[in-house]
Amino acid sequence: MSYSEKLLDHYENPRNIGSLDKTAEDVGTGLVGAPACGDVMKLQIKVSADGLIEDAKFKTFGCGSAIASSSLVTEWVKGKTLDEAGTIKNTDIARHLALPPVKIHCSVLAEDAIKAAIADYRAKAEKKVTEAGEAAGEQAAAAE
Amino acid sequence: MNAINGLRRNDQPIYLDYQATTPMDPRVLEAMMPYFTTKFGNPHSRSHSYGWEAEEAVEKARAQIARLIGGDEKEVIFTSGATESNNLAIKGVAHFYKDRRNHIVTLVTEHKCVLDTCRHLEQEGFEVTYLPVQQNGLVDLEQLRAAITDKTVLVSVMAVNNEIGVIQPLKEIGALCREKGAFFHTDAAQAVGKIPLDVQEMNIDLMSISGHKIYGPKGIGALYVRRKPRVRLVALIDGGGQERGFRSGTLPTPLCVGLGEACEIAMKEMESEATQLRKLRDRFLKGIQAQLPDTYVNGDMEQRIPGNLNISFAYVEGESLIMGIKSLSVSSGSACTSASLEPSYVLRALGVEEELAHTSLRIGFGRFTTEHEVDTAVDDIVRHVSRLRQMSPLWEMVQEGVDLKSIQWSAH
Repeated sequence: MSYSEKLLDHYENPRNIGSLDKTAEDVGTGLVGAPACGDVMKLQIKVSADGLIEDAKFKTFGCGSAIASSSLVTEWVKGKTLDEAGTIKNTDIARHLALPPVKIHCSVLAEDAIKAAIADYRAKAEKKVTEAGEAAGEQAAAAE
Repeated sequence: MNAINGLRRNDQPIYLDYQATTPMDPRVLEAMMPYFTTKFGNPHSRSHSYGWEAEEAVEKARAQIARLIGGDEKEVIFTSGATESNNLAIKGVAHFYKDRRNHIVTLVTEHKCVLDTCRHLEQEGFEVTYLPVQQNGLVDLEQLRAAITDKTVLVSVMAVNNEIGVIQPLKEIGALCREKGAFFHTDAAQAVGKIPLDVQEMNIDLMSISGHKIYGPKGIGALYVRRKPRVRLVALIDGGGQERGFRSGTLPTPLCVGLGEACEIAMKEMESEATQLRKLRDRFLKGIQAQLPDTYVNGDMEQRIPGNLNISFAYVEGESLIMGIKSLSVSSGSACTSASLEPSYVLRALGVEEELAHTSLRIGFGRFTTEHEVDTAVDDIVRHVSRLRQMSPLWEMVQEGVDLKSIQWSAH
């Protein structure tokens, strides 16, 4: 199978490998795929106070196309708002890397990974708001 | 042997895929050459010396093949390769004896051409039992005994597996088949010239042989068909009645000569070659295991040809590893490069878990492999497995003490 230069570049020089603190409030983590299927992607985003993705990291177990797809999306999401990042489509990834048909699922997985990371961040933020609300309510009750 | 180490050009990757195919031994090529040009006669021509000298060459080759497997030259017929031999043996026997017996026993780890032939026969109404193998890749003889009935016409069990290199207990299987009155066919494409084979001692009735797996030419193979007690076959290819009527068509004299010469060389050098290969294999394995934790050899290490290893590098997907080790030509145990996402059915049959099956490489050593190549391969594999583990979320989790089984993975 012959791969595009862009894909090989991402495989050989992957961008943003690594991990962020998954317990941090400003970090969203997406873990998708399954070892038994031959690919697992972990994608993490760090979101700034003004709602922009300021950092992204990934680790991937999978074929070269899976590694390249996840490397590419970490580049793409940086500097975007969560809503903007959420619009990244697997077809864009597949086109950019010129994925062969049998590797399209790698781009699908990368899209899923972004969505999962965003969802994780939002769930954390929501929980924080609820907890803050509850805490405020308790304080108010105690004051009475 | 060292005179031919120069076969590989410096810009070519190191070839470690000897179970896929082998380069032709220059001595084989040399033997073949005259039969393309000056000695070009049709070996079936009876009326002139061109035909006679070609026939003589073909018959010499037949004898060389027979000698390597302990058979008689009259029992060897030429085919286009092991796939045809397997087709001819299995379909030929099934069709000839179908009125008396209609059951075939084989293994789930057989080569696709055996499995597909059996599937085909099932569609025609034959019954086929696909036996599982044990964790080491070997057939359980008690299970085999239980599977053979008075309706079983043929037991087809490969001599050496193409992915994991394990050697089936041929002598025991042969004895069992003889006792039960079933014919014993073995696909010996990966075994001939690698391990001693004796059709008498092992009670083998039919044996498939390949040219290009033993440093001979591609496009030629042979089928051993026992004459005493006689095995009868319905031919696949009809025509001029060559090859005792089992396989019509003009014999490709140069290819036959090449296969014969390859067998002759194997007969002389098998033992020393095996010693050399075992040394290289052990060197390779020691190098890998000393530097990489969590690597597992698939298939039995004792009952195994010395030129094969099949290793799972846990937490690193096989195809990405192959992409990394560009200077090595190996193949992935997983079928990930094909449209299917399923890992190797052979590894699955051993009970290797899917996640590990995805991390496997088949490494094949052969006649022209050097110590230097082995060392380079070890360095390269260690470097890339380490690199890929650094980017593997699974490796990270395991280092953190997470049990991967405890995670609810999303299917896709």
